[in-house]
Amino acid sequence: MNIDLSFYNWELIRAFLIKGLYFSVLLTIVSTIGGVIFGTVLALMRLSGKKPLVLPATIYVNGMRSIPLVMVILWFYLLVPASFYALFPYRLGENYRSEISAVITFIAFEAAYFSEIMRAGIQSIPRGQVNAGMAVGMTYGQNMKLIILPQAFRNMLPVLLTQTIILFQDTSLVYAIGAYDLLKGFDAAGKNFGRPIESYLLAAVVYFIICFSLSWVVKRLHKKIAIIR
Amino acid sequence: MNLQWDVFLQDPGGQYPTYWQWLLSAWGWTISVSLLSLVVALVFGSVVGIVRTLPDNPWLSRLANAWVELFRNIPLLVQIFLWYHVIPALVPFMKGVPSFVLVVCALGLFTSARIAEQVRAGIQALPKGQRYAGMAMGFTTVQYYRYVILPMAYRIIIPPLTSESMNIFKNSSVAFAVSISEMTMFAMQAQEETSRGVEVYLAVTVLYIISAFAINRIMAVIEKRSRVPGFIVSADSGGGH
Repeated sequence: MNIDLSFYNWELIRAFLIKGLYFSVLLTIVSTIGGVIFGTVLALMRLSGKKPLVLPATIYVNGMRSIPLVMVILWFYLLVPASFYALFPYRLGENYRSEISAVITFIAFEAAYFSEIMRAGIQSIPRGQVNAGMAVGMTYGQNMKLIILPQAFRNMLPVLLTQTIILFQDTSLVYAIGAYDLLKGFDAAGKNFGRPIESYLLAAVVYFIICFSLSWVVKRLHKKIAIIR
Repeated sequence: MNLQWDVFLQDPGGQYPTYWQWLLSAWGWTISVSLLSLVVALVFGSVVGIVRTLPDNPWLSRLANAWVELFRNIPLLVQIFLWYHVIPALVPFMKGVPSFVLVVCALGLFTSARIAEQVRAGIQALPKGQRYAGMAMGFTTVQYYRYVILPMAYRIIIPPLTSESMNIFKNSSVAFAVSISEMTMFAMQAQEETSRGVEVYLAVTVLYIISAFAINRIMAVIEKRSRVPGFIVSADSGGGH
């Protein structure tokens, strides 16, 4: 078996990879933002100490965390009703059903993981900060918004970004429902040109370069934050 | 929505007389893939993790670092494709290897990078004095690792190892992509054939949760049995799925 280097050309990138990379990056960004927002809500629910809030949030987070992501992807693909996809204009819902389903799944799934990170971040803030906020007459909401969450976010930034890198790797699992992400692009190119070996090798190299450089940046950032504090 | 559980009594018309027997067999595949991968991951992860803490061996520890970076920064699904499509084509003696073995290699080595990180963290969490005490007693490197450092380090890392063992069960679901007939593969095929997706997925999901919980309990027993009195350390397990 010899590698055919002529497989690696501009045509491959233009026709197969750009579209996939675009969706992978979009999915990562949208579900990171959505996951952080819903994750913060879940974390605040779990820390509120009120049973009707704590219980559902705990069940949701632990449930999501004990099911394989592939199964979650399959569940959402099965359960989101056709009427939901009909809400999208320009037949987007019809043409991009797997992609839309993937976005919803990842927001819901990552919210559980981000909420654990947020919870650890909020708990890492010393009790004295909370008490100080209350002592100057702040409400719970003001205290959270002005004192605790800004510090918690800062503490958690490296972990949040690491989770985002993992999330980027996990986007490849939308393969299960046939959504067109970066890996699907490589898969399709390999099948189209009859060169799966070259294609998967390049896939590994591309994912490695992206994830390795991102984690290098996170490491640098971690050091910077550690020095300031 | 009304659930019709008798779907599991139907005949899939293949190797198995009913769907529930097929499901049990798929569960068996999930468990075998996961446990074998765990063994591979523990062996390679321990070696790589220990090598990274050895004194005076810059090249070996650079190699071990490269190992961790390599397996951590490529998605599991891509690694499974590499083992399944690429390695048998490029390495002659891997040609006839069954896909089950290839998936165990992929999942095992993928997880070995994470376990190597934990082993290293566990060893580095020990006070330096333990190492020096071993040296002062005249132990060789192998001896003080064997008798002083590792017995403590492995106890420290039981909590993160627990979550890694549970992760391996969840990650084994990715094997569907190369047609291993484990539970996710079963879920997809049975859903297709019967159109009773909710029942099929529910059964599979519950079995995944039971598997993860069982592993969790087993590790809890191991942790309790091996606990050193008066020595409580909590190691951070970090992110990941």
